[in-house]
Amino acid sequence: MIQQVLFLFLAVVAIGSALGAVLARSPINSALWMVVNLIAVAGLYITLNALFIGVLQVLVYAGAIMVPILFVIMLLNLGSMPAPSEIQWKHVVAFILGVALLTQLAFVLAIGLDALPEMSVSEEAVAASSAREIGKMLFTRYVLPFEIIAILLLAATIGAVMFAKRKFA
Amino acid sequence: MDLSQAYDAMLGDLAGAFPLVLLAVAGLVIVVWDAFRNNDPLLPYIAGGALAIGLVFEGSQLASEQTTLFYGNIRAGGFAAFINMVLLGGTLLSVVLSVPYLRQIKHAYGEVYALMLFATVGMMALATGNSLIMLFVGLETMSVCLYILVGLVRKDEGSIESAFKYFVLGAFATGFFLYGIALLYGATGTVYLHEMQSGFAQSGATTMFWAGVGLLLVGFFFKVSAVPFHMWTPDAYQGAPTTLTGYMSTTSKAAAFTALILVLYYALPPERWTTVLAVVAVLTMVAGNVLALAQDNVKRMLAYSSIAHGGYILVGLAAGTAAGYSGALYYLLIYSIMNIGAFGVIALLEWDGKIGREQTMESLSGIGTQRPFLGLAMAVFMFSLIGFPPFGGFFGKVAVFGPAIDAGLTWLAVIGLLASVASAGYYLRVVYVFSFKSADERPAEAPATGTGFNVPFSSLAVLSLCVVLLVVVGFIPGLRDVTTHYFIDMAVAAGTL
Repeated sequence: MIQQVLFLFLAVVAIGSALGAVLARSPINSALWMVVNLIAVAGLYITLNALFIGVLQVLVYAGAIMVPILFVIMLLNLGSMPAPSEIQWKHVVAFILGVALLTQLAFVLAIGLDALPEMSVSEEAVAASSAREIGKMLFTRYVLPFEIIAILLLAATIGAVMFAKRKFA
Repeated sequence: MDLSQAYDAMLGDLAGAFPLVLLAVAGLVIVVWDAFRNNDPLLPYIAGGALAIGLVFEGSQLASEQTTLFYGNIRAGGFAAFINMVLLGGTLLSVVLSVPYLRQIKHAYGEVYALMLFATVGMMALATGNSLIMLFVGLETMSVCLYILVGLVRKDEGSIESAFKYFVLGAFATGFFLYGIALLYGATGTVYLHEMQSGFAQSGATTMFWAGVGLLLVGFFFKVSAVPFHMWTPDAYQGAPTTLTGYMSTTSKAAAFTALILVLYYALPPERWTTVLAVVAVLTMVAGNVLALAQDNVKRMLAYSSIAHGGYILVGLAAGTAAGYSGALYYLLIYSIMNIGAFGVIALLEWDGKIGREQTMESLSGIGTQRPFLGLAMAVFMFSLIGFPPFGGFFGKVAVFGPAIDAGLTWLAVIGLLASVASAGYYLRVVYVFSFKSADERPAEAPATGTGFNVPFSSLAVLSLCVVLLVVVGFIPGLRDVTTHYFIDMAVAAGTL
């Protein structure tokens, strides 16, 4: 029960902050909403007992990736978009009602199709989510995809440098 | 899992994945070399050498038994050797064609060759991958390299447009693909293709499984530019450097189709999707051919034509039999040869300084009399693309339409034949304009008769090779059996035949 409540809470925060990131008028606000979103998703991972992935999510995304994004926004000196002159409350209420109705519809459909996720975590899954096990898997079973991802990142870096730095005649 | 044992096993597997490792290392060498000696003319030789060695290696593996390496992540030998040969050969031809072309458009950067090698690594991972993770990583590696190559001519607005469209739509398709993988993993509990069917039978999570299949198919349809996911194709092909268009239109399609075949063959239960594939095949053939008729730019026309050819291959897949899959593989080989050749000719005939984006077909009137070899080669490629006997394209079409008829999809094969007949309209127009129109009929802004159009020896050699291959490929005894053989053997091994 407590798990389901936690899941609902984190899911609502994640969706709400994602909406905030899209709808915010200023890029800084947008980026900060995204931090909230990433942390909520990290919380979801932790409720699934994937502690290591959750910590990585906070470290890598919320930490390492968001900081450059904020820097770029700062360096480019992006202004915020003009605020809408007046808010049409009728539309806002209609939107919220629509979302609520859609949620109900989706819920009924999901029950009908038996597609709701079960909140149970097996013992093996818990054991496999430790840093040690993930590291082992990464360097044995998944070593080939891992190495090819290295090539993918290298290619992306080369492309970025080439587009940015090559002197084009 | 004992780690020391694991490392021994992986070290042994390295030999089987030799071409993959070789291409990656050669790409790294090119990048580093390029950093010290900028745009060294030696760089394409490194790329070409690595590709040639890989090609010879895979040729030696062609008859060997199929195995999986690296904990079942990737296939080697047999079937994998065949498709790797197509990919390596196509890349090799494209590299040779690209050297003079990139010099001509003044973008002969060393990175291009490194990126082509990296893209080929991704394609090989995609085409021979045995787990969904491998497929995804390979697909992304291939796509990211292609996004960069498409936008190579950064100062040209058409090139930027095409790269941007390709990138944004491609990122969407990747999202679909990944979501599909996640749902399939959730429904079956495995990422390995050959374990998927039993996993599905055990879990019985039907809705999640079919939703995953649907999303995965959307991702695949995008990558092979099947209608209605083809919107990016004409723009991306038109704005990319021409020889690289030939490269991405053939090898990337071959890799994506092979992965699709493997997924259909191993991972999905054999019902339900025949209708989906048949409908998509019809849409793709009809839309591709009809839209190609209206094009006035040869590159754009070939882009629509490549969409249509994707439709023909889907006909073979819709048949859903071993013969259909092997026919599709055979078609991919022939399609690669003719399309690389056709784009190679167009690359040599560029004069507008905008990577051929804006020149009309009429501006090349009478080029066949001025450059008889190019006219002849183009005629062979066009007739082969129509599917005219004795050229390779004819045998390819037999190989995909025949199994469809055997599988009871006669209506589909008939639509395919009608579409091929309609395609003669635009292919023959190229032959007519190139060889039978007089050069005096060129529009005013076109280059005057007798000017330009250098044909370097290397391009000549590649185009001659493509022509010769297309003439003889249908008559090589046993080549068709090679592809059939893989699926029959696999079916025997799986006990389904």
